[in-house]
Amino acid sequence: MKLLVCVSKTPETTAKIAFTESNTQFDTSGVQFIMNPYDEWYALVRALELKEANGGSVTLINVGPAANDTVIRKGLAIGADEAVRVDAEPSSALFVAKQIAAYARKEAFDVVFLGKETIDYNGSEVGAMVAELLDVPFISYASHMEMDGDTATVTRDIEGGNEVVEVKAPFVVSAAKGLAEQRIPNMRGIMMAKRKPLKVEPAVEAEDLSVAVHYELPPEKGDVKLVDPENMDELVRLLHEEAKAI
Amino acid sequence: MVLIFAETQKGKFKKAAYELTYYGYQTAQALGTECAALVLGTAEGAEELGKYGASKVYHVTDTALDTFDSQAYTKVIAAAAEKAGANVVIVGHTSTGKSLLGRLAVRMNAGSVPAVNAIPTVEGGTFKVRKPVFSGKAFADYEVKSENKVLSLMGNSLQPQEVGEPASVEALDVEVPAAQVTVKEVKRMEGRTPLPEAELVVSAGRGMKGPENWGIIEELAETMGATTACSRPVADADWRPHHEHVGQTGVAIRPNLYFAIGISGAIQHLAGVNSSKTIVVINKDPEAPFFKAADYGVVGDLFDVVPRLNEAMKKFKAEN
Repeated sequence: MKLLVCVSKTPETTAKIAFTESNTQFDTSGVQFIMNPYDEWYALVRALELKEANGGSVTLINVGPAANDTVIRKGLAIGADEAVRVDAEPSSALFVAKQIAAYARKEAFDVVFLGKETIDYNGSEVGAMVAELLDVPFISYASHMEMDGDTATVTRDIEGGNEVVEVKAPFVVSAAKGLAEQRIPNMRGIMMAKRKPLKVEPAVEAEDLSVAVHYELPPEKGDVKLVDPENMDELVRLLHEEAKAI
Repeated sequence: MVLIFAETQKGKFKKAAYELTYYGYQTAQALGTECAALVLGTAEGAEELGKYGASKVYHVTDTALDTFDSQAYTKVIAAAAEKAGANVVIVGHTSTGKSLLGRLAVRMNAGSVPAVNAIPTVEGGTFKVRKPVFSGKAFADYEVKSENKVLSLMGNSLQPQEVGEPASVEALDVEVPAAQVTVKEVKRMEGRTPLPEAELVVSAGRGMKGPENWGIIEELAETMGATTACSRPVADADWRPHHEHVGQTGVAIRPNLYFAIGISGAIQHLAGVNSSKTIVVINKDPEAPFFKAADYGVVGDLFDVVPRLNEAMKKFKAEN
């Protein structure tokens, strides 16, 4: 099976969020970047496990500038066989999806994996876009997945429960918590990653149809109002009269 | 024309469908047009969507649509939008909607904005809409440049209001393609409102010391008509089911009222709940980081405080 795993670079979870250029650009100064956790912990690791069980190959794809190579090398250190970076700024979800779909179409992958969303823009759009561009099924929020030949049985998270579906390759799947367990790259993996192929591909033409033009931070939260633990009637009164929450 | 896709569950509409209809109505007002609703598969009470602002309801009745396949749904919704003459399509930011939005964007050649939480604005022909980014730590205004536009609405963004009369329901004849995904089983917790739609959430963490102590949380939730949730360590230890886990790696929620009981408030947990309108933290450690994100705090032993709170809630319920 040929497996493709899409990986994004995102600010680290605890990064301070600030904006520059009159609140039109994310301020990257002093921000540490990591591989999007859903891509790394769940999508990549499940792809590797399936390859280890059934044979095949795992390819990483990232859309971004050369500075993203550190994140891609980490994916190779965790165990992917090869990687491709589409050399362009990931300016919108649609732009990124068109790059991934163009490569996936050319190389005829059986399964395309990605995380359920990135932790920066939280859009959860790219997987569905890639699936539509390739005209294949899309299974979102997978928390369990088994393959038998070219048939996959996938459990996907839905509101208040889950749904078990069956689908034949090729398809696109987005990974949620539970799909796999995080793997830490070991020294051997890190050394091997240096020799694994990382191809750079030019971008295909694609338009941005929607773009973020302005950012704003939410208003500062006021100080917490402490309520006497002996007086829960007072808390209920505040929630009703002041917060109007009940 | 604005077209909203109103989801059903076992043929019935839930509050989220009325909220989405009302959002579609508000969006149509901003654009100077009307809002129609689209209903797929078995559904009862579709005319009710009119009360929340749908001028018309289109219904594709084919029961093949009773199970979800994003590919088939996308083709049907895009075809319906064309028949209805709609250039703005809005879905809910639900497990279904999230699987559809990107597909619809590609199929309709539309600019998309996921998880919006405010009514779009149109100034000088420029269409803009706001969504939370960086896990609720900031907002971004998106400009959509294309003629066709697709949006998904974050749940609990606005309170649906009745603005009209029941609408006429027109059966729409659209070809339904064969699904390529077979749904084998659907398991849903019955009775309670699912977390992403819940207005009241009672959530508890490691401070509970063990799953056997959850009775007081269940009782408080029962009294309030709230949905129960938990923190990541609790779900990881299998004290509570996986689908109750809220936070960055679990479900992101924005209820009106969020009770965090015995949860310290790690940044990853806050990322999933910081959009809640009112946050109450109950913790015996006055230094717990969650107090900084809270509106109301109670420093005390949860095993004393929660039963006392439950009694106070019961009294309040009896009087109101």
